[in-house]
Amino acid sequence: MEKTKPIQGGEFIVRDVDPSDVFIPEEFDEEQKMIAQTCQDFLDTEVMSNLDDIDNQKDGLMRSLLEKAGELGLLGLSLPEKFGGFEQSFTTSMLANEIMGAGHSYAVAYSCHTGIGSLPILYYGNEEQKEKYLPKLATGEWAGAYCLTEPGAGSDANNGKTKATLSEDGKHYILNGQKMWITNAGFADVFTVFAKIDNDRVLSAFIVERTFPGITFNPEEKKMGIKGSSTRQIFFNDCKVPVENLLGGRGQGFRIALTILHMGRIKLGSNVLGAAKLSINRSVSYANERKQFGSLISSFGAIKYKLAEQVIKTFTTESAVYRASKNVDEAIEQNMQNDTCTKEQATATAFAQYAVEAAILKVYGSEALDYVVDESLQIYGGMGFSAEMPVERGYRDSRINRIFEGTNEINRLLVIDTLMKRGSRHFYDLFGEAQKTWDNLDELIDNPSTEEDNYSRYRAFINNVKKLSMLLIKAASDKYQRKLVYEQELLNNLSDIIMNLYVGESTLLRVMKLEQMKGSEATALYRDILDVYLYGVSQLVRANGIEAVDAMGDFPENAKVKKAIKVLCDLDGINTHAARRRIADKLIEENGYTF
Amino acid sequence: MKILVTLGNVPDTTTKARFADGDTHLDMTGVQWIINPWDELALTRAMELKEDAANPVDHVTVVTVGTQEAEPTIRKALAIGADDAIRVNAEAKDAWFTAQQIAAAVKDQDFDLILTGIESSDYNGAAVGGMVAELLDLTSISAVSGVELNGNEITLHRDIDGGSETVQADLPLVAIVQKGIAKEPRIPAMRGIMMARKKPLQVVDPVEADALTSYNHFELPQPKPPCKMIDPEHVEELVSLLQNEAKVI
Ligand SMILES: Cc1cc2nc3c(=O)[nH]c(=O)nc-3n(C[C@H](O)[C@H](O)[C@H](O)COP(=O)(O)OP(=O)(O)OC[C@H]3O[C@@H](n4cnc5c(N)ncnc54)[C@H](O)[C@@H]3O)c2cc1C
Repeated sequence: MEKTKPIQGGEFIVRDVDPSDVFIPEEFDEEQKMIAQTCQDFLDTEVMSNLDDIDNQKDGLMRSLLEKAGELGLLGLSLPEKFGGFEQSFTTSMLANEIMGAGHSYAVAYSCHTGIGSLPILYYGNEEQKEKYLPKLATGEWAGAYCLTEPGAGSDANNGKTKATLSEDGKHYILNGQKMWITNAGFADVFTVFAKIDNDRVLSAFIVERTFPGITFNPEEKKMGIKGSSTRQIFFNDCKVPVENLLGGRGQGFRIALTILHMGRIKLGSNVLGAAKLSINRSVSYANERKQFGSLISSFGAIKYKLAEQVIKTFTTESAVYRASKNVDEAIEQNMQNDTCTKEQATATAFAQYAVEAAILKVYGSEALDYVVDESLQIYGGMGFSAEMPVERGYRDSRINRIFEGTNEINRLLVIDTLMKRGSRHFYDLFGEAQKTWDNLDELIDNPSTEEDNYSRYRAFINNVKKLSMLLIKAASDKYQRKLVYEQELLNNLSDIIMNLYVGESTLLRVMKLEQMKGSEATALYRDILDVYLYGVSQLVRANGIEAVDAMGDFPENAKVKKAIKVLCDLDGINTHAARRRIADKLIEENGYTF
Repeated sequence: MKILVTLGNVPDTTTKARFADGDTHLDMTGVQWIINPWDELALTRAMELKEDAANPVDHVTVVTVGTQEAEPTIRKALAIGADDAIRVNAEAKDAWFTAQQIAAAVKDQDFDLILTGIESSDYNGAAVGGMVAELLDLTSISAVSGVELNGNEITLHRDIDGGSETVQADLPLVAIVQKGIAKEPRIPAMRGIMMARKKPLQVVDPVEADALTSYNHFELPQPKPPCKMIDPEHVEELVSLLQNEAKVI
C-alpha cells in the first residue's frame, strides 16, 4: 500500500497508517484540558441543576444560558480573535463540544449556535457581514440558527421551494416560503436561510435577521426528546432581505449547506461522547447500588456485558472522533499553505475533504449513543422507565442524533458514495489498489497471515479488511456500474464494513500509541477493549461481506471473493467474555467512566 | 497593596481514595487534581477585592508547594485572574514543611494580606495558615468568613458558635478563611485561560526543612450497613433496634 504524507480524507481505505500518525485524546495539552474543565464547570453549575426548567422551556432560560456561555468565551472558540473569538483549533472545539454534549437539550442549543448558527457566516461571509454578525454571535448577544429543511425538502435538501426575488429597486431580495424543524428558532436573532433566486435550480444562502419584516413563527414543536431545545417552523411572507445579506454569492447555497453539514456531522460525533459518558456513569452508579437476589446487580455477568459494551462503544467512537479532528486541523494547515486561501476557506475545504469520516462519525457515534442510553435504561429496570429518572431523559434525547444532520440512512450512503467519488477523482488510488488486490486474489487466499503477536495480527486484519472492502467495491461497481446507486442494501453492507474498519483502525492505533506512552501493564484494559471490538468487527465484516456477495449473485470470481472473506476476516480465539468482565470490573470499581 | 493566596493542589473531591505501600501512602495514580476548595474561594475573594475600584489592591500572587504536576492547578489560578505565581518545587510533605516553604518563598515580598484556606480537602490538617503567620511574624485570624478592606484597615467577619463576630485589624495580616468568604468559585473564562499562558510562574527551590510528621497508616471507613425498613405499624421494633442494635437511645 502506498505511503505518502499527509493523509487525505477517505484515504484510510488504501493506506497503511501508523500509531504516530494519529492523535489520541490522551495527548490533549494543559490548555485544552483547562478549556474542557471550564465547559464542565459551566455545565455542572448552570445546566445540570436546571434540566427540568430547560425541558419546560422556561421563559428566557436557554437564551440566558447561551449568554452565560458567551461571557466565558465558550461561544467564540472557533471564531477569529478580531471578531471576539479565541481561534482555537478544530480539535479543541470538538473537545468542548464533547463536554457540552452531556447537557441534554442545552447541548443542542449550544452546538446549533456555535456550529450551524455561526459558521456559515464565518466561512462564507464577506468582511462586512462578518464584522456585523460574528462579534454578537461570539458573546451570545445574538443567537444563531440555520434554515435548510422544508416540508418537501428534508433529506432531499436541494428540493427547497423557498424563493428569493430581487425587488424592483434592486435593494432587497424578497423571500417567500416555509422552513421547518429549525433549532433555536424560538429565540435566535440571525438565521442562515437557503432559498432559490428567481428560477435558479440551485440554492443561495441569505443572512436573515429576526426583525426583518415578513417573518412569522409557529409555536414550539412538541417533541419526543430534547424538549428544551427550541424547534419551530418559520414562514417568510415577502420578507425583505437587504441585497448585501446574500451569503457567498448567487448559487453558492448548496455548497455552503454541504460544508456546514460535514462540519455538523463530525461535531455530532463529539457531542455523543459527552452524553454517552454521562449515561455510563449513571448506569454504573445504579448497578453499584441496586441489589437483587442478595447481590448487587453489577455483579451479574449479563449486566457486566452491558456495562462493558457501553464502554467499548464509547471508547471506540472517541478514538475515531479525535483522530479525524486532528486530521481536519492538519488539512486546514495544509490548505493554508496555498497562499491565496484564507483560513476560513481552508477550513471549509478541509470539512469537504473529510466528508467520509464525518459521515462515519455521525452514524457510528449516534448509534453508539443509542446503544448506551438504551442499556442504561435497561440496567435501571422498571426505574429506568420512570420519567423521574435521568436515564429516561437520556434515552429520549439521544434519538434525534440518528435523524438530524442528515439521517443515518443518507449518511450511510454518503460514506460509500463519497469514498468512491474521491477515489475516482484520484485523491487516492482506490480503483488501482482494488485492481491490484483483485489480481492477487489467489495469493491472498493461499497465504493468510500467521502473525503471532496481537498487534501484528490486528494490523494484518485491518489491512485485510481494507483489501476486502476494495474487492467488494470493485465487484459491485463492475457489476452495477451507474445503477449501483439503486442497490442501497448492498451499499449499506459496504458502508457498515468501512465504518467499522475506520473505527477499528482508529482504536487499534490509539491502543498501540497508548502502549508506547504508558507501557504494557497500564494498557491491559485498553487491549481488552480492542480485542472485543475487533472480534466484533471480524464478525460484522464477514456477515456483511458474505451477504453482499450472495446478493450480487454471479459475478467473476464470486466463489473466490467469498473464500477470501472467510480467510481474511478470521479473528477467532479471543475470550471476549473474560475481556468484557475485566472492562466492567474496572468501571464498577471506579464507579464511573475513567477510560 | 499586594495579596498572596496560598494554593493547595489536592485530589478532586470525587476521587476514590486508594492506598499504597502497606496503607502508608495515598495512591495518586490517575488522580484528577484541583485547587483546594477553600483556597479557591480565597482566590475568588482576592479577585473581588482587586476588581473593586474602591480598594488599593493592585496585585494578587498565588503560591503553591508542589512538583511540576501542580502546574495545571496553578495555571487555573492564573486563568481565574491571579497576576503571577510561585511554585516551590517540592512535594508538600506535611503542614510544617509546607508552611516553612511558603514563608521562605514570600518573606521578602511584603504582602499586605495573605489569604489561606482553613484546611485542605485531602488531609484536612488545618495547620498551615497559622504556621505561616508565625514564621512571618504576622497576626493571624482564623475561621474568617468575610473580608473587607478600608484603606489600610481590614474588617474580618468570623463565624463563632451561635453567632458572628466582626474584627478590625491592621495590615499586614494572615487571614485563614473558610466557606462563606466568597459565594462560589469562579470558572476560568477563555480570555483568562489565554492570558494565563503569558503570566509569570516562578519556580523556586525548596529551603532545607524537616517534616515533623510521617504517615503510619490509612484506612477507609467501614462501608455503610444496608438500610433497614420498618413498617410504620411496628414502632416498638424501631425503638428496640435503636436501643439495642444502634445503641443511640
Ligand atoms: C429536532 C429537530 C431539529 C432539527 N433542526 C434543524 C435545523 O436546525 N435546521 C434544519 O435545516 N433542519 C433541521 N432539522 C431537520 C432534519 O435535518 C431533517 O429532519 C432530516 O434531514 C430528515 O429529513 P425529513 O425529516 O424530511 O425526513 P425524510 O427525508 O422524509 O426521510 C424519511 C425517511 O426516509 C429516509 N430516506 C430519505 N431519502 C432517502 C434515500 N434517498 N435513500 C434512503 N432512505 C431515504 C430517511 O432516512 C428517513 O428514514 C431538524 C429536525 C429535527 C427533528
